[in-house]
Amino acid sequence: MIYTEAGQFSIRYSHDRRIFRLRQDRIGITALLLFAFAAVPLLGNDYWFSAILIPLLVLSLAGLGLNLLTGYAGQLSLGSAAFMAVGAFATYNFQLRVPGLPLLASMALGGVMAAGVALLFGLPSLRIKGFYLLVSTLAAQFFVEWFFTKFGWFSNNSASGVISAPPLLILGHDFSNPVGRYLLTLAVVVVVTALARNLVKSELGRNWMAVRDMDTAAAVIGIPLLRTKLLAFAISGFILGVAGALWAFTYLGTVEPHGFDLARSFQILFIIIIGGMGSILGNFLGAAFIVLFPVLLSQLSGSLLSGVIDAGQLENLQKIIFGVLIIAFLIKEPDGLARLWQIARERARVWPLRY
Amino acid sequence: MSASPHISNSNSKGSAPLLRLEHISLSFKGVKAVTDISFDVAEGAITALIGPNGAGKSSLLNVINGVYQAQHGSITFDGEVRRHMHPHHAAVRGIARTFQNIALFKGMSVLDNVLTGRNLKRRSSWLEQALRIGRAPGEDDAQRRHAEKVIEFLHIQPWRNSVVGKLPYGLQKRVELARALAAEPRLLLLDEPMAGMNAEEKQEMSSFIADVNREFGTTVVLIEHDIGVVMQLADHVIVLDYGKKIGDGTPDDVRNNPDVIAAYLGTRH
Repeated sequence: MIYTEAGQFSIRYSHDRRIFRLRQDRIGITALLLFAFAAVPLLGNDYWFSAILIPLLVLSLAGLGLNLLTGYAGQLSLGSAAFMAVGAFATYNFQLRVPGLPLLASMALGGVMAAGVALLFGLPSLRIKGFYLLVSTLAAQFFVEWFFTKFGWFSNNSASGVISAPPLLILGHDFSNPVGRYLLTLAVVVVVTALARNLVKSELGRNWMAVRDMDTAAAVIGIPLLRTKLLAFAISGFILGVAGALWAFTYLGTVEPHGFDLARSFQILFIIIIGGMGSILGNFLGAAFIVLFPVLLSQLSGSLLSGVIDAGQLENLQKIIFGVLIIAFLIKEPDGLARLWQIARERARVWPLRY
Repeated sequence: MSASPHISNSNSKGSAPLLRLEHISLSFKGVKAVTDISFDVAEGAITALIGPNGAGKSSLLNVINGVYQAQHGSITFDGEVRRHMHPHHAAVRGIARTFQNIALFKGMSVLDNVLTGRNLKRRSSWLEQALRIGRAPGEDDAQRRHAEKVIEFLHIQPWRNSVVGKLPYGLQKRVELARALAAEPRLLLLDEPMAGMNAEEKQEMSSFIADVNREFGTTVVLIEHDIGVVMQLADHVIVLDYGKKIGDGTPDDVRNNPDVIAAYLGTRH
């Protein structure tokens, strides 16, 4: 009853294409955005901004980048962190070497660079599929990490290889404080997500899913496989590049190759597996799970078990519990958190009846 | 869905067939699937390919739209002679098909499946579509309007927004036909469109195929095992056995052909 589409008729095809077709969804998302932009900056503290909300948003964006490639276009990849690194380093170098270039423009250009690199590493997808493709994208991961460590020019020949991000200036406003960094991240994530949502509902999104579900049939109805797959790599690379730039500039505050290691790629893969493949919402749910759950777990175990087990052991125990919970969850709901949300929505639609 | 404009053009060209296969031979690592097959398909006709299992019928369809490449022979479609077809080229020239084991995009809705069938009719770029600017919105409307016509034609409106993988088999077959029709093909290749259906569903599917042929002038080549359906539907029957053509003619010719009877019923030795 509370989530019904009753009385909401699409009288134009364009109504059916809206990002949110149901009025309840539109009201909900507006409220959520208002809350995120207006209320959270007043309510939150620096710890929440810097340690939870910013990484949550950036990882959601990275998940979105990978989800377009893997969840929608069906191409497996373990090179996510590499494309993030390219985005971060390119943005840094654009800021450093092109005086006067606005920060957001540098980020977009960083994204374009990452798109180019992703396109290059996407070329094998025309010949190989599945796990073999996964291994070939692993090459991107190791190559990029080595490349930025080896060539000092990209990190401005800094001795440690770690460079601090410049202050975040947009139109003369300084966004370097925690609230500013949070708002900047949020704005970028919202815009990119809206575009991505449009994209997956467009012709290209359908072509991606067609290639994912049955590539022979896709070729037979005239979908160009080569172009479709490469566009998936490029667009995914772009979004990952922007996410990488945000990771370095708004979260870490430093740009270093080891911030983008294989563990990061796996983390992003887990986000989309837990959140839900082929779902935009899933990226946010998955990132929230990955970021919030360990925090919750450490708070919990800190208050319950401190003194009983020593701190080092406790940390390992947390990792074990976290891993077990992921496995248990995926056995129970292999389609991820987004599917749970979908089921809840169906229930709310007929509530208080059963069906 | 309006009848495609080129039909009147090619009729004026005379009686040249829409599709001509000449001496097609196809083998897989020495196993011969199809040996030296030639036949013509007239524009606007319904042609049935029949024959026992393993006769090479599906392989032949795959050669026609380029999923397989024959080692010998040539394919002439609408006046263009080619050694090999390529799936994309076939789609561009107006050849659409369905598959024996339903090849729908299972994770997508019926409407989305039908819309993918129209992907070649797009002119706007993906960037225009992502930003919803330029040609994209108008084109989206036009595509949707056409898809709705196909959906209406095949009576699948109630399932428009259902995920295809969860529909019953008979409906999936119909959705696959809808996806093929959405491309406004000149030649429609149907690989066992009625396999696994009950009598009622077969009757329904037959009348859809006959309607497509009559209303849009679409030329149809279909593979079917139910001889009753074939005799009722087809203008022209080609019989294959062990990769060779053993019969070619009207349904009545074929019915009385001793080789065909032998292939189907066996002979006394």
